[in-house]
Amino acid sequence: MIQPLVRIEDLTIGYHDRHGGLAGILRQVSLDMRPGEALGLVGESGCGKTTLGLAMLGFLRPGALLRAGTVSFGKVNVFSLTSKELENLRGKRIALIPQNTGESLTPNMRVGAQIEEVLTLHRNLGKKEARSRAVLLLGQVRLRQPEEIFGRYPHELSGGQVQRVAIARALASEPELLILDEPTTGLDVTTQAHILVLLREIQTQTGTAMLYISHDLGAVARVSDRVAVMYAGHVVEDGLAIRVFGRPTHPYTRGLLASIPRLSESTLPQAMPGQPPAPGEHLEGCAFLPRCPFGDGACAEIAPQMTPIKENGDAPHKVRCHHWQRVLETDASLGKQQFRTRPRRADLKEPFIQLDGVDITYRKRGLGTLLRRLSGAYNAPPNTVSGINLTIHRGETLALVGESGSGKSTIARSITGLLAPCAGQIRMEDQDLSRVVEKRPSDLQHHIQMVFQNPDASLNPRHTVHQILDMPLRLYFRSSREQRLQRSGSALEKVQLSSLYAHRFPGQMSGGEKQRVAIARAFVAEPEIVLCDEVTSALDVSVQAAVLNLLADLQADQGVAYLFISHDLAVVRSIADRVAVLYQGRLCEVGPVDQIYEPPYHPYTETLLAAVPEPVPGMQPRLLARDVKESEPPPKGCSFQRRCPRRQGPICDEETPPWQAVGEEHFIGCHIPAEKLCVDQMSLIPTASPG
Amino acid sequence: MLKYIARRFLFSVVTLLILSLVVFIGVELLPGDLATAFLGREATPTSLASLRAELGLDRPVLERYVNWLGDALHGDLGVSLARNRPVNELIGVRMRNTLLLGLTAGFIGLPLALALGVIAGLTRDRKPDIWISTIALVLMTLPEFVTATFLILLFAITWPILPAVTIVSTGAPIKEMLPNIVLPVVTLTFVMVAHNLRMVRTNVIDVMTSDYVQMAILEGVPYRRVVLRHALPNALLPTINLLAMYIAWLVGGLVIIEQVFNYPGIGTLMIQAVHDRDIPVVQSVILLVASAYVLLNLGADLLTMVLNPRLRSMRG
Amino acid sequence: MTANAKTLERPAVVEYNPFKETWQRFRRSPSGMIGLTILVIHLTIAVTSPLLVPYSPTKIDSKSLTQSPSSEHLFGTDSFGRDVLTRVLLGGRIALLITLTAGALALTWGGLSGIVLGFVGGVIDEAMMRVVDAMLALPSLFLYLLVISALGTSNTVLILMLAFRSGISIVRIARSATLDFVARDFITAARARGERTWNVVLRELLPNVLDILMVQWAMRWSWMLLSFSGLSFLGFGITPPTPDWGLMIAENRARLAFAPWASVFPMLALSTLVIGINLAADALAKAVGLDRSREAPV
Repeated sequence: MIQPLVRIEDLTIGYHDRHGGLAGILRQVSLDMRPGEALGLVGESGCGKTTLGLAMLGFLRPGALLRAGTVSFGKVNVFSLTSKELENLRGKRIALIPQNTGESLTPNMRVGAQIEEVLTLHRNLGKKEARSRAVLLLGQVRLRQPEEIFGRYPHELSGGQVQRVAIARALASEPELLILDEPTTGLDVTTQAHILVLLREIQTQTGTAMLYISHDLGAVARVSDRVAVMYAGHVVEDGLAIRVFGRPTHPYTRGLLASIPRLSESTLPQAMPGQPPAPGEHLEGCAFLPRCPFGDGACAEIAPQMTPIKENGDAPHKVRCHHWQRVLETDASLGKQQFRTRPRRADLKEPFIQLDGVDITYRKRGLGTLLRRLSGAYNAPPNTVSGINLTIHRGETLALVGESGSGKSTIARSITGLLAPCAGQIRMEDQDLSRVVEKRPSDLQHHIQMVFQNPDASLNPRHTVHQILDMPLRLYFRSSREQRLQRSGSALEKVQLSSLYAHRFPGQMSGGEKQRVAIARAFVAEPEIVLCDEVTSALDVSVQAAVLNLLADLQADQGVAYLFISHDLAVVRSIADRVAVLYQGRLCEVGPVDQIYEPPYHPYTETLLAAVPEPVPGMQPRLLARDVKESEPPPKGCSFQRRCPRRQGPICDEETPPWQAVGEEHFIGCHIPAEKLCVDQMSLIPTASPG
Repeated sequence: MLKYIARRFLFSVVTLLILSLVVFIGVELLPGDLATAFLGREATPTSLASLRAELGLDRPVLERYVNWLGDALHGDLGVSLARNRPVNELIGVRMRNTLLLGLTAGFIGLPLALALGVIAGLTRDRKPDIWISTIALVLMTLPEFVTATFLILLFAITWPILPAVTIVSTGAPIKEMLPNIVLPVVTLTFVMVAHNLRMVRTNVIDVMTSDYVQMAILEGVPYRRVVLRHALPNALLPTINLLAMYIAWLVGGLVIIEQVFNYPGIGTLMIQAVHDRDIPVVQSVILLVASAYVLLNLGADLLTMVLNPRLRSMRG
Repeated sequence: MTANAKTLERPAVVEYNPFKETWQRFRRSPSGMIGLTILVIHLTIAVTSPLLVPYSPTKIDSKSLTQSPSSEHLFGTDSFGRDVLTRVLLGGRIALLITLTAGALALTWGGLSGIVLGFVGGVIDEAMMRVVDAMLALPSLFLYLLVISALGTSNTVLILMLAFRSGISIVRIARSATLDFVARDFITAARARGERTWNVVLRELLPNVLDILMVQWAMRWSWMLLSFSGLSFLGFGITPPTPDWGLMIAENRARLAFAPWASVFPMLALSTLVIGINLAADALAKAVGLDRSREAPV
């Protein structure tokens, strides 16, 4: 047996809570890592995965306390090192790529100098050698023009570039272990795909061990050989990625996998009941018991221990569950039958909201712009959103898909009336909506409601749930206090929150609960359409699944239409009836949901689909589009011209692509004939899924 | 970048213009006029009329404002009502005295404030910080005249080693001034250090808890280097602007300190003018002080821009 | 039957009140409690002193000029033979009355204008902020001196000009605090609903900037006290012989060598009051989270 590179034994970390007690973040965590191994550490927010990663560097965040256990790197316990010795370990033998890479680079130092610093400190290189090596490293992480990037400051780089710089900085010292904390969170899906491929390459080339911390099982599946699943400060399952993803044995792992929407299935993901315990909550017995379908009396009393269920050389499959045998016996495919297809209404043909050639742009406000406009020295940038023709039918879900900056939210904002279109018309049946909300007839307002991405931001932190629900009631309906109280109570019931929540402030609720309140606020207005702007992307997957189910139930019950905005094509597949794909504020493709996911598709749709990481080990993305950040749409021609992998030539730059009908109600805006697209794209689809 | 500099210049000019408007028109809007304010109870209809004619108060406000501003731009600040001498003459030497006081305090106070602020920030919530912060809070809270009076009680009365009030004439050479400025400078330094070190401390704490400093530590960068290379440049950059603001704010304190020590500077001139209700002098001094503030701020902005890569690379 | 059909339930929490929460955090700061105690003592004295004082504050007693502290005159007497203790006990009343009134005015006009400017934005906001910035370029004392030289001094003038100048600072603070919230989605949500501007300002924004305004009020209060006592010291505040600390220090300073008690006691009274306010204000700021102190490392 090979000597492990890292051996964590019985690690327990806590902090003093507000009442002076000790709360646990990590509980008796034991974990080994072999040299050169790629280990994925997954779990939902607050499960302690970042704390575990930082502990490997001998680092505790302020306020955290080491209660018990050791972290050995090679032969030394990192918590017994002096600060001098730690300086020789950190960055040199173990390097970190932290969360929020953008903020982890010192703002007033050139990025090259920050890589040089590591090289001179840990590799003892001279100034000149360090410089050339740093440029080399920047090239190695696939940054074009590394010389130029070397001299830039962090704020001058895009998100993907910053991520690459951080990787180069971490690699500079040729560490034995690389810890990556959510390295692709917050990046667009195509950029993420590029980074994941790069990481995998680096790992095979350098033989560095990697600890890949993420909440995203799909991303972890792409880069790790082995996976450890964390829940409430425990590692609950640990084994080869193929086994953990293929035969999940802990009920939590199983639930987690079931709650991820898949590109290949149009069913709703299955939600786990309940929610994870808050970090630091006092636990007895098995932490997962309240949410576990297999739990019994024994689980409440005796905390399960890690049990090896299959010896697999150096990577035995271990599970922390009393009933793992029973879990295994229940065939995983049985769980699949519980997936529900979204209840759909038959009559979705009645147009409700129509956008006709809509152009929208953000006007700069302020004295300077006003003066410039008056003097005629102001030239406007291309419209943020242009030429949008869309229809939303009564009771249907239209999904609007695209990466950040594609103008999805802008369209929703103009439908709610936060922003008037500068050309074209928005109509609701026969009423004109092309005006800002203040100028619309007041009896129209309540028909259109909006739910936002982040409930932390969209709920007033100083209002109780009752007050939050009361605001639209007061505004729209002339009803008595009692009536309003009764209505907000029933709204809570509809989103499956008990009436006890009425007196809570948002700060006293979990993310999922807050999003339910935000949904209740939209529904209390009795809307005809609800605009959902990335409503699940700030939530953990298991909570996301619950919210998606809730939205589907509410729609079946109330017959509302949804404009569902998302960057996640897998989520969209589970909830939408029709999909519109948007790039740089221009539509690329519109069609029924089932047709969107099969060729022919627009090259941009294809790019997005290919980049989505599915939680299947061994699946690799097919890189298609160049990874460039575009700040502004091109002045003419196809919006995707600069990145398109199927570019035809100058025609793409010059002429607006024609709308080709490729199926019933399915249109693609591309110069390539649909038949040719279909043939070329079919050949790229992997025939059998591996694993 | 040029655009940014131009913008900043424009802002400074606008600020000064607004201020001159406030200082001039504001006084016009208040009930009464220069003549009634100055003559007060002794006013007779004839004396009022003659003073009004002399001051040109019979002409429209806007015309007088433009004349006044034009003269001020040419360096002519008008004539003092009470002393019947050009304001320029009154201000000249006193300006030198005030600058002597302010600059000396600045040269001692700023480095001290930076050093103490950095120490307090780095030792957050430990002994040195608690001491420094507490003393700073007390010194910053006390009115200048209270601090000054305590100092006089200690160093001029209990141990009579320094003069309690300035005993030389307004135009005395700097050498003779020196012993007289010790206590005023100490008082001013106290107040200035107290304010500025608190601000430096906050900035240092912010930066030391930032992601990038934590990251530098996790990169194995030695502590000294983390502080000197990663933390301090970022912590001190935003203080430049605030320092400029506080310095200007302290000019107010300077007035009181000069009065306490009977020091012949702009401050005492101002107080005397207010007592005499000599509005032209008051207006001139205010305009002067405000210009100094605006220039200082502009300087601070430009300096920050030179030092801050984020602003330097800003296009627009 | 799907799992999520179950209603989420958690043990009910104890009644939660943001103000109570703030108070509990405030209570944990020893310096804050010291400050608050000092403040309460001062306020109590200010309210009750007319009933407590042993002598007349203004009556000139030629038989007991400049006496050092004794059992008869605990703090001694001044050069007019007036009892220093009496004058010290009464000397904070006017200062407190004027600054508290001015503070309330400043908070109301400054706070509301700041929130409205931040919410409305655009050209009006930018133009107003230029004016505010220009006003802030003038050290406050100079503005006061300008007003006094034009209008002379009276309580009304003092209150209005203190309220005006402090309000200007509060406009700035309230505006920038509002800007933090205006970009948040709960304001966007309110606008998308079609709420009226005043509803958004009063019901959505005000509760959120209230913390910051409270801290500002406490800080401005101590600034105003400083300004007021400074003016009083310079002879532009209260007219003699009314007892006032700043004035007393100015009157008796020349005789510091012979009768230190006549200036030291008012100095102590003034100092303890401002220090008390500042300690309490600092603790309040921390209690509402304006100073990012330690948080649970999760």
